[in-house]
Amino acid sequence: MFAAAAGVLLVTLALALVRAARGPSVFDRLLATNTVGTCAVLLLAVIGFLTGRPEFLDLALVYGLLNVIGTVAVLKFFRYGNLGDPGPGEKPAP
Amino acid sequence: METLIVNTLLSLMVVAVVVLARTRNLFAVIVLFGLYSFLMATVMVALDAVDVAMTEAAVGAGISTVLMLGALHLCRSEEAKPAHKPWLPLAVTAATGLVLVYGTLELPAFSDPAAPIHTHVAPRYLEDGPRETGIPNVVTAVLASYRGFDTLGETTVVFTAGAGIIALLRRRRRNSRDGT
Repeated sequence: MFAAAAGVLLVTLALALVRAARGPSVFDRLLATNTVGTCAVLLLAVIGFLTGRPEFLDLALVYGLLNVIGTVAVLKFFRYGNLGDPGPGEKPAP
Repeated sequence: METLIVNTLLSLMVVAVVVLARTRNLFAVIVLFGLYSFLMATVMVALDAVDVAMTEAAVGAGISTVLMLGALHLCRSEEAKPAHKPWLPLAVTAATGLVLVYGTLELPAFSDPAAPIHTHVAPRYLEDGPRETGIPNVVTAVLASYRGFDTLGETTVVFTAGAGIIALLRRRRRNSRDGT
C-alpha cells in the first residue's frame, strides 16, 4: 500500500520535473517547484511509514513551512522587484 | 523499495542538474535550485541523515533562495553567452568526478557495522559518554564535550559570517534609503 503510494509520488515528481524543465513561463516552473516540495513532504511521510519509523513526520511539517516561505519570497520578488519592500501601507512600490 | 526510491530521486536530481546547466534565465535557475534542494533533502531523509536533511532544506531551499533573489536584484536576469567553449572546464570537472568515484570504491558498504568509523571511538562514546560527561544525549555529549574545541571553532566561523552579513546588509539599506 505504502509502496504503491511511494511509486505514484515518484511518478508525480518526475512529471513536475518535466514541467519545471520545459515550462515556458516562470510561473510554470514556480508551480512545479511548489509541487515538488509538496511531493517531498508526502514522500517523507510515506518513507517514514514504509520503514516503520513515523517519528520523522515533524520534518515533513518543517518542509511544508519552508515550501510556503520560499514560494512567497519568490512571488514577492517577482511582484516588487526586491525583497526589502516596505509594503503597500507605507510607500508605493517603485 | 527504499533503494528504488533513493535511486529514482538521484536520477531526477541528475535531470534537474542538466536542465539547470542549460537554462539561461537566472530567475528560472533560482527556482530550479530550490527544486534540487528539496530532492536532495528527501534523499538525505531516506538515508537517515535527518539533521543534514533539515539543514539542506532550510539553507538550500529557504535561505539561499532568498539570498540569490537579492543578488538577482542587483544584476541582469539573463545569463550572458560564455566567451569560451566549455570543453576544458568540462574535462577537468569530469576527471575530478571520476577520481572522486574511484575514491569511493574502497569505502566500506553503507551501514556496515564492522566499518572503522563504528569500531574506533564510537563504542566508547556510547558506553562511557553519559558517565564521563554527565550529558544524557550522546550527540550533545560528542558535540559539546568530546569535540568541544571543534564546536567552538565552528561557532566562531558562524558568528563571523553572521556579523559580516549584518554589516553588509545594513550599509546597503542605508544607501537605498538615501537614494529615494
